[in-house]
Amino acid sequence: MTALLEVSGVSVSFDGFKAINDLSFEIGPAELRAVIGPNGAGKTTFMDIVTGKTRPDVGKVLWGETSVDLLKLSEAEIARIGIGRKFQRPTVFEDQTVFENLMLALKKSRLPFKVLFFRASADDGARVEALAREIGLADSLEKLAGILSHGQKQWLEIGMLLAQEPRLLLVDEPAAGMTPQEREHTTDLLKEAAKTRAVVVVEHDMEFVRRLECKVTVLHEGRVLAEGSLDHVTSDREVIDVYLGR
Amino acid sequence: MSRKPFILRNPSVLVFLLALAAFTAAVTLMSEAFGAGLISTSFVKTLGKTLCLCLIAVAMDLVWGYCGILSLGHFAFFGLGGYMIGMWLMYARTEEIVLAASAAEAIPPTAQELSDAIAVQIFGVVGGSELPPVWSFAHSLPLQLLLVLLLPGLFALVFGWLAFRSRVTGVYLSILTQAGTLALSLWLFQNDSGLRGNNGLSGLQNIPGLDDVPQAVVSVWLLWASALALGGFYLLAAWTVSGKFGSVIRGIRDDEARVRFLGYSVEGYKLFVFTLTAMIAAIAGALYYPQAGIVNPAEVAPIASIYLAVWVAIGGRGKLWGAVIGAAAVSLLSSWFTGGQAPSIPLGFYTVVWVDWWQVLLGLGFVAITLFAPNGVAGLIERIFVREAK
Repeated sequence: MTALLEVSGVSVSFDGFKAINDLSFEIGPAELRAVIGPNGAGKTTFMDIVTGKTRPDVGKVLWGETSVDLLKLSEAEIARIGIGRKFQRPTVFEDQTVFENLMLALKKSRLPFKVLFFRASADDGARVEALAREIGLADSLEKLAGILSHGQKQWLEIGMLLAQEPRLLLVDEPAAGMTPQEREHTTDLLKEAAKTRAVVVVEHDMEFVRRLECKVTVLHEGRVLAEGSLDHVTSDREVIDVYLGR
Repeated sequence: MSRKPFILRNPSVLVFLLALAAFTAAVTLMSEAFGAGLISTSFVKTLGKTLCLCLIAVAMDLVWGYCGILSLGHFAFFGLGGYMIGMWLMYARTEEIVLAASAAEAIPPTAQELSDAIAVQIFGVVGGSELPPVWSFAHSLPLQLLLVLLLPGLFALVFGWLAFRSRVTGVYLSILTQAGTLALSLWLFQNDSGLRGNNGLSGLQNIPGLDDVPQAVVSVWLLWASALALGGFYLLAAWTVSGKFGSVIRGIRDDEARVRFLGYSVEGYKLFVFTLTAMIAAIAGALYYPQAGIVNPAEVAPIASIYLAVWVAIGGRGKLWGAVIGAAAVSLLSSWFTGGQAPSIPLGFYTVVWVDWWQVLLGLGFVAITLFAPNGVAGLIERIFVREAK
């Protein structure tokens, strides 16, 4: 199986601090992967590099069957190529309705003139409604996103990600601030999504990671410390020392 | 989704257009030229100019209130529009005068003599006797009209491309636009700019070819033209922000990075809105200055663009009709206070003369609005209506 995303030998430093240090990472086209690690391990910087927000000093980031060099693309181009990202804090457009938020994310032409003359078809509306049902917001389509609860905002953002129909989903702490039931729902959504695409979940909460039942990558000081099943990595001496043992 | 016509889905647009039509009809019926003569010709011009200011306020609301780009330079585009139309007005008018003067002579002047005589007439005040290259198209109305759109559009495109590509945002962008405006105004002040230095272009109220039409009639025609432009561009602006495009630019205003990660090229959208609104501002200017009669570099001064932002802030950002209310109310009040009509207030030890104190009043009003009604007058009006509806 060839990898969908291949990160190799990437390093980046901010003012002398090595945030990412010779990191290599691979994920297949339909795979769920959890990335864990203590604070400052470089989890968020890793996502920044893949999505084009941060440029690494050295290393390669290759994408897809034709090995597109992601380092040459802008953030918007990377998003259009099929990489979606969910931020740590829910970032939805609070001043707009749930419907507008989802419609904004729906996979359609992003060109200004196309968007200017875009009018949602019945089909588009149906897709948005289906998504809203999936994330439990079917009754809130006309509500402003700003008045939703924290957990609902998290879901709306996940819904927006799904609407983009990305081939790779990067999800930063999706369960933060959610109730136990909401967490369960989120786990199901992510597992379901990973059947047809690659999903990378960055998470602190070990209980949540356990429920994902997937391969785990442990980051520490900007590099991969261990990789494998959760039981495998949690029995790793080094991992226990730097992370779990404390 | 719903297939109702645009205008029915947005009743506020319909209300605005009807109000504008009613206003225009009322002014026409009270004008000296077409009605009862209750409104003087100079006041008709003031109202016509106010409509142009409302139009540039709509442009400002689009770029700032919706897209979040606080441009403090849109009045430069307004002024440039005025200069572009002013060049033709002045050239064609002077040509008429020169031709009339030489009509008595036996031999009609050659093209060169005609052009020289026009140049002396126009540039005598700044000691010039030749038409500068920038006047190359001044003889042609269609070309100058094209320049009204193209020159400010090109300026906005180049400036915006450089600024947005380098991700200049927020207050830094505002400062850049102010600097650009200042540079333009300083350049225009120079005599060798080719645009008559601080004299500016004058006599613009005399429309060439309309010598025998009295100003009373011309003023109403220009009012109609201004109303038509305001109505048309209001409709265009409302349509633009009503759909997904509006959703994208409001997203850019609130969280630019998020929009980028959705795959939209934020820079492209900003450039589009910046350039479009610069062109709308230029059209507003091209309609304003024939009613004002004169355009000079002071009009392009940085403070004018700041006033524009104040109007929109007072009226209510992110509401097109709010911007119109703000521009109309503040500019009319301003001309009332500074025109000397407002009665002075004698306090015994000091007399409040409004010409001086109006700025203070405006400043206090702006602070009060910012503190107590951040959504401006439009926000206040909406709050009242929402409360009644409950």
